[in-house]
Amino acid sequence: MTPPAEPPFVDRRLYRRRRLMDAARLLPVLGAVLFALPVLNAAAPEGASTARTGLFLFAVWGGLVLVAGVLSRALAGPEGAPPGPQAAPDDRPPPPATAPRPAEPRC
Amino acid sequence: MLTANFLVGACLAYVALLFVVAFAAERMTAQGRGEWLTGPVIYTLSLSIYCTAWTFYGAVGYAVRSGLEFVTIYLGPTLVLIGWWAVLRKLVRVGRSQRITSIADLISSRYGKSTALGALVTILAVVATTPYIALQLQSVTLSFSVIAGSDSDDPGSISLIVAIGLAVFTIVFGTRNLDVNERHSGIVTAIALEAVVKLVALLAVGLYVVFALGGGPAGIFARIESSPIAEWQVSSGRWIGLTFLSAAAFLCLPRMFQVLVVENRDERHLATAAWAFPAYLLAMSLFVVPIAVVGLGLPGAGDNPDLFVLTVPLSQGEGGLAMLSFLGGFSSATSMVIVAAIALATMMSNHIVVPLWLRSGPQRAMMSGDVRRVVLMARRFSIIGVLALGYLYYRVSGGGAALAAIGLISFVGIVQILPALMGAIFWRGGTRTGAGIGLGLGFALWAWTLFLPSFGAGGILPAGVVAEGPWGIGWLRPEALFGLEGLDPVLHALLWSLLANVAGFVAGSLVSFPAPMERMQGAAMVNVFRSGAALSSWQPSRVDSEDLLIMVQRILGPSEAQAMFQAEAARQGKQGYLPDATPGFVERLEKELSGSVGATTAHAMIAQLTEGSVVSVEELMRVGEETAQIMEYSARLEAQSDELSRTARQLRDANAKLTALSIQKDAFLSQISHELRTPMTSIRSFAEILRDGDGLAPRERARFSGIIHDEAARLTRLLDDLLDLSVLESGQVTLHPASERLDRILDRAVAAAGVEGALRIRRRGAEHVHLVTDPDRLAQVFINIVANARKYAEATTPELTISVRQEGGAVLVDFIDNGDGIPAEAQSLIFEKFSRADNTEAAGGAGLGLAICREIMARLGGSIDYLPGQGGAAFRVRVPLRMAPPRAEAAE
Repeated sequence: MTPPAEPPFVDRRLYRRRRLMDAARLLPVLGAVLFALPVLNAAAPEGASTARTGLFLFAVWGGLVLVAGVLSRALAGPEGAPPGPQAAPDDRPPPPATAPRPAEPRC
Repeated sequence: MLTANFLVGACLAYVALLFVVAFAAERMTAQGRGEWLTGPVIYTLSLSIYCTAWTFYGAVGYAVRSGLEFVTIYLGPTLVLIGWWAVLRKLVRVGRSQRITSIADLISSRYGKSTALGALVTILAVVATTPYIALQLQSVTLSFSVIAGSDSDDPGSISLIVAIGLAVFTIVFGTRNLDVNERHSGIVTAIALEAVVKLVALLAVGLYVVFALGGGPAGIFARIESSPIAEWQVSSGRWIGLTFLSAAAFLCLPRMFQVLVVENRDERHLATAAWAFPAYLLAMSLFVVPIAVVGLGLPGAGDNPDLFVLTVPLSQGEGGLAMLSFLGGFSSATSMVIVAAIALATMMSNHIVVPLWLRSGPQRAMMSGDVRRVVLMARRFSIIGVLALGYLYYRVSGGGAALAAIGLISFVGIVQILPALMGAIFWRGGTRTGAGIGLGLGFALWAWTLFLPSFGAGGILPAGVVAEGPWGIGWLRPEALFGLEGLDPVLHALLWSLLANVAGFVAGSLVSFPAPMERMQGAAMVNVFRSGAALSSWQPSRVDSEDLLIMVQRILGPSEAQAMFQAEAARQGKQGYLPDATPGFVERLEKELSGSVGATTAHAMIAQLTEGSVVSVEELMRVGEETAQIMEYSARLEAQSDELSRTARQLRDANAKLTALSIQKDAFLSQISHELRTPMTSIRSFAEILRDGDGLAPRERARFSGIIHDEAARLTRLLDDLLDLSVLESGQVTLHPASERLDRILDRAVAAAGVEGALRIRRRGAEHVHLVTDPDRLAQVFINIVANARKYAEATTPELTISVRQEGGAVLVDFIDNGDGIPAEAQSLIFEKFSRADNTEAAGGAGLGLAICREIMARLGGSIDYLPGQGGAAFRVRVPLRMAPPRAEAAE
């Protein structure tokens, strides 16, 4: 069962959405790195300031919440979750495949 | 100081409120009202059961002991949620598409609906969760005794009351009925309310501490800087390890799985929770350090930092705030216990009790009685059992250990599910064997290195074993396995157990070979986002749909089951309640049932009916054999159908012939009537002339009489032909066999045909053959053919070649003219009665000649055939040298 071949180029909206997904996947990695930073200070023999480190941590935390909020709002668009060509993060309804034509008179 | 009675009253009132809220929410959801009840806000709030009493009280104590390290417990879940797109989304999708009821169900259903794996995960979850429940009971008791002072009699009895109360609440709202989706709107709403209560309580205490006691944010900042925990030291291993641990536990904890996956109503709620729940966690931990610092500086706050959240407002005489804080802690404890009890009870009933019950007798699924009652009773007793275990653990352990320590021990235990869980949704190569080995190893190592020693040296493990290892084997010491010393015990246990777990899982998976069911489930889960990834399983459909209906009724209830069956029947285009038990329907049914009783049980019950419990290799081979048989059968069918189509073709040809004949016959009838009519007309008119014409000359009279005579003769000939043919056909002809030479018969025939001058005749071959036959009849045939040649051979100088040769016991006489021949479509018709090749009237005959010839030849034991491809019309007459005696004719 081979997945259908994907075209090398996708349209701009879909491209943006894919990069949004990448961002959503990478955000926890960024968070992990930032959260690990204070350890480097605190590992020093004299320790680190609880108050300052705490401020840093909560700032990072709040920043992550904000970014996650923006990303998830963009990702949880009307098209829902599934990735793929059919997922278009667009508020507008997709244009009909064929323009509605007036009913042809019957012979 | 608040009195114990007042506290009890407040608790009861609070619990009553929870009952009312849960009841109202259930009613509203059932009536389809209150959409916000099933919305993302409630979903996010329900996740807050992650924050238990351990968080509510313990975090402050943790901060006092280890500074900011407490925050790792929240950083892990934060990372998991903001990374929802990668892991949680898939988990939720799998859970919804497979109707997963618990984490044990997911593991068991992914690895081939294995009962053993489900039971193993269930046991692991129960063992790891029991201390946690004990912890909640302990915190409630502790907080109660703190706030009510020493006038409470026995703190133990309070925890008992709490345990019983929680059991009642959980049983009432958790096992009211078997929901097809295993969702409990009442409970979820109640715990959402509790989430709000605990957040408000903690924020209230925090704000009070910061602004009333600490002098605002700047003041608090200064106080932290000058407090005993102003400087903090942390090992990077512990920081990172604990963050990872909490992230993993967030995914694996049965209660978290329950609210995250099972109670999820809409995948999009996850998108909201992705940022809202981290924000909730942030708010919950924001004031932990300030409370700790202020508590440390207050002499009246007591010496147990785990209770600063209570004692700080209490020491300031803020009874109301302390009461709120107490309710917050109470909320934290109760919501955790309720959901954990439901999750564990579901797992215990679906993966231990019901499988055992099903196994206890053959055909249990078909026995009379209500399966629902069995399942529900199993759940109720499981809830009571879980709470009783927690209570026992609390009594036995005496609540000695620090709260946070028990929490971490539980986490490490439950995290053993992680490798199998991640393998389940991301790695198709994971197998049941691998998962079993990994889980078993991890579980064993966790128990040895962390769980058993947690009871203290001399608790369960003898002190000597802890200090020197079993039988004095140093490298097996629980807290320094393989000589790894100097590591934090939690990290030590986490490292070894997960290492062994992952190694066992991967190695076991790589080496073993999955059963077909595992491979199908693996593909369905790992590829859950690919559209159409739902692989259809095969079920031998020897199942009676009435049996199915009986069983489903007993699980889902009659009305729901009947509605389901009726819908399916309608889908199949049938009336009534009994659809065909197609494999697709059976599979859908199993999925519906697994929403109620878990995948393993549903599979086992369906399997008992379908008599195909496991898709084993043997079964596959049998299927293969069946396939081969089917292919052979289909080959035979194909041959038969070829034969049939040949027959059909012949029939079609015959039909076409019949139709053509019928048309010809009609044409002939009209023609023969015309031909009969023409002589009759002339006979009649000439007869009238003779009758009325008195003055006719004798010569004229003679001529008219001659015409009448000729016409009458023509009529006679026609009638003779018809008579002859009917006699020949009916077999009543009398033959006169005699010995005669062929050339003489031919001579006579050519002479009698009267073709002298009109047709040139060439004769070849050995004509001097003696025949025993009816010479007159044979001559009649020859005459007919020769006359035909004269009539139809349209050439400027018509020629007829007559060649004779012998073949076998017969002589073949070919008559070939140089005309146009007979078109192919007419060749099959020329021997039929009333047929004429070109349908022209020019020939003047009635079209009976060749039919008569064929009949005669058949009587003589020979045949006459049209011989195509000779240039002109060609007939081959085959005459046996000796005709069969006439007796045979008579016998026919």
